[in-house]
Amino acid sequence: MATAHSRSAARLMISPAVLLLLGWMLIPLSMTLYFSFLRYNLLMPGAHDFIGFMNYRFFLTDPAFFSALINTLLLVGGVLVITVFGGVLLAILLDQPMWGQGIVRVLVIAPFFVMPTVSALVWKNMFMNPVNGLFANIFRALGMQPFDFLGQAPLASIILIVSWGWLPFATLILLTALQSLDRDQLEAAEMDGAGPLSRFFHIMLPHLARAITVVVLIQTIFLLSVFAEILVTTNGGPGYATTNITYLVYAQSLLQFDVGGGSAGGIVAVILANIVAIFLMRMIGKNLDV
Amino acid sequence: MGHISLNQITKTFGNVQVIPPLDLEIEDGEFIVFVGPSGCGKSTLLRLIAGLEDVTSGEIKIDGRDATETPPAKRGLAMVFQSYALYPHMSVRKNIAFPLKMAGFDKAEIDRKIDDAARVLNLTDYLDRRPGQLSGGQRQRVAIGRAIVREPAAFLFDEPLSNLDAALRVNMRLEISELHNKLETTMIYVTHDQVEAMTMADRIVVLRAGIIEQVGTPLELYSKPRNLFVAGFIGSPKMNFIEGAVAERRDAAKVGIRPEHMQLSLEEGRWEGTVSVSEHLGSDTFLHVETERAGMLTARADGEFPVRHGDRVFLTPQDDKIHRFDAEGMALS
Amino acid sequence: MAHTPTKGRKLLFTLIAWTIGFLIFFPILWTILTSFKTEAEAIASPPSFVFFDWTLDNYVEVQERSAYFRHFWNSVVISVGSTVLGLLVAIPAAWSMAFVPSKQTKNVLMWMLSTKMLPPVGVLIPIYLIFRDAGLLDTLTGLVIVVMLINLPIIIWMLFTYFREIPGEILEAARMDGAGLRSEILYVLTPMAVPGIASTLLLNIILAWNEAFWTLNLTAAKSAPLTAFIASYSSPEGLFYAKLSAASTMAIAPILILGWFSQKQLVRGLTFGAVK
Repeated sequence: MATAHSRSAARLMISPAVLLLLGWMLIPLSMTLYFSFLRYNLLMPGAHDFIGFMNYRFFLTDPAFFSALINTLLLVGGVLVITVFGGVLLAILLDQPMWGQGIVRVLVIAPFFVMPTVSALVWKNMFMNPVNGLFANIFRALGMQPFDFLGQAPLASIILIVSWGWLPFATLILLTALQSLDRDQLEAAEMDGAGPLSRFFHIMLPHLARAITVVVLIQTIFLLSVFAEILVTTNGGPGYATTNITYLVYAQSLLQFDVGGGSAGGIVAVILANIVAIFLMRMIGKNLDV
Repeated sequence: MGHISLNQITKTFGNVQVIPPLDLEIEDGEFIVFVGPSGCGKSTLLRLIAGLEDVTSGEIKIDGRDATETPPAKRGLAMVFQSYALYPHMSVRKNIAFPLKMAGFDKAEIDRKIDDAARVLNLTDYLDRRPGQLSGGQRQRVAIGRAIVREPAAFLFDEPLSNLDAALRVNMRLEISELHNKLETTMIYVTHDQVEAMTMADRIVVLRAGIIEQVGTPLELYSKPRNLFVAGFIGSPKMNFIEGAVAERRDAAKVGIRPEHMQLSLEEGRWEGTVSVSEHLGSDTFLHVETERAGMLTARADGEFPVRHGDRVFLTPQDDKIHRFDAEGMALS
Repeated sequence: MAHTPTKGRKLLFTLIAWTIGFLIFFPILWTILTSFKTEAEAIASPPSFVFFDWTLDNYVEVQERSAYFRHFWNSVVISVGSTVLGLLVAIPAAWSMAFVPSKQTKNVLMWMLSTKMLPPVGVLIPIYLIFRDAGLLDTLTGLVIVVMLINLPIIIWMLFTYFREIPGEILEAARMDGAGLRSEILYVLTPMAVPGIASTLLLNIILAWNEAFWTLNLTAAKSAPLTAFIASYSSPEGLFYAKLSAASTMAIAPILILGWFSQKQLVRGLTFGAVK
């Protein structure tokens, strides 16, 4: 459909976006890479010596890194399990005939629009606080000892808070996918004698497989970078109990002003995220027929 | 004026040559139809004339002027698209006004032309509606309206009726033919439907794989097809092709006989056979007959011919209506 | 399914769904309710749901004590500014990729997407240092730029998926009708693209409003948007539940309302067209 004239115009129109993103990606990333090989602390002025892979060695052998890696995996994995299972069940529920479907949808989707700092603070203070929180009140009413969520099970509590924010996202996407399922297929299966359970496992679930993959990949990208929830609830503690990689790098760079070490951590985070990104990009690319 | 001449034009997409060098003269005021199976290059050829695609090589002349490099807007042609391509956010009036506005006509002139077009196309009551509120046939007329107000040198139609249901298609076919009679402007019409081609065209261009198989009036193509492809493509039901002894006796690799050129009889005839399927339409009867001498043949009888599956019938071809083809599929005179 | 469900079945599903919906929404509801309580009632045990003395004092006090509206305004500037700026860059890019695709288009799109996958922490230090040296720390200009850049891939992708649904034949029709590139964009493409652009605008305002990595790391008091302002309630003000709730309610209310309007676009925008 294109003629030579429109092609050159097209190239011109796309260039600002390309240049901006290229700059955004290349300049800071190459700076991070460069810093990661330097002894560079903002509190210690002087020469920035080239120290090879020292920063990486320190970062990767620091016990904090190991717990941060485990915490990151637990956080990402925990939230994924909760949101995907919950999302599939909720999507199927919302797809059933009922009164006020639109209103329920609106209620379920709402947490996604709550900014992370608000949701973290509301959960931390008004629900999980061991003295005045709503959960403590409920526990006491049931004659039980109030539970100090963020003190006793800090990571699990953060997983709960983050899951609350992402469950709507998973539900909404899975519901959209479910609604695109050809109703004739379900009716054909019913004619073929498939009960509700086998309809779910043989028709709905395969149909949802793609959407589930997309949910998993996209959430993973965002969940690897969970930050605000940790900052306002636990500051990564107690100890390193809720420090994930993102928070560790933040603490190293902006709390200890260790530019070199923080940069090495940043590069490690980029490499980890890229492993997920490759799979996600493949999924999206397959669907893109330009 | 609308004389269009294509001179050795070619079109290549990547490594695929969809139009090998092609020559064609389209006379002023002519209704010409490009017909062929899907993928034959007929739409590409139309888009080359429109200027929506660049030709790879060759020359397009419109009214004697070289238009090969002219952008579509400047060629003075109007096009009706398969999907109608109406602007969904504009009312019917604004849709029709759009080309005039682009051409810089003043408001009074635009209004006058819209009213004329609306009257011709029975759209007067719908001028303030959006395309989404119209039926398929009305949308089609708006698309035509948008084309005629420009008073183009030629109209290009890209399978304009393929989204309409059968009854409407027959109506619109008539309306477009009437329009051509009234305007006497060149029209180039692309379709895969040979019935549309036969009923509307002054001349038909039969295309296959980008190559012009034959150009001629509908009756020329019907009575003197140049090769097997044209013979099989034009006419409905399709021409019967017979090989073997029947063909050899006439010094041909293959012979063809149209269903309507065979005499049907219950008593006697040249080829005896058994009715496999009979279709009774009232006005005609179509029989699919398994014969011993000539294989499976389709035959047509006027009015009702009372046979059923399994009955025996006799077919006699009219000898002067038999088409003979050589081994390459070219017609023998 | 096609057969009409029985009343009983429908009632059962309605009950279950409403209960679950209520539970998921409850933290938000509770926050809103608490914002109208006095501090004493907010921590009362057992807590009361509706039968308390409704008061607006918390809202007044939050504004008086902490210049709430300045932070609200910062959020507006950052989210709207970054989105509008992003659209200005993205519309031509998405237009050209959707309507004049070349062999490179797919690669360019995928590459743009890959920049979104870059974890922010990987570029935190350079951006921080660049901002420090350029005097952009704690400025709205700086944040508008950063938030625009992190959302630009999403904006381009959303627009691309919308533009691609505009049939090419309509643009060809405009070309046949004598429209040049300028009129084509002005009279045909823009009006048809407006719904898609509006959805993109909406979703990206939401994303920018809730962005909480860069806003927390690059601002101090002056240009902090609501995300960073609320974070300052971490302690000890967080223990004043009623005021925390009032501040939170005001921070999430506008976006909650916008968000409900953009449910459908959300799926498209955040899955990059992989789920429709």
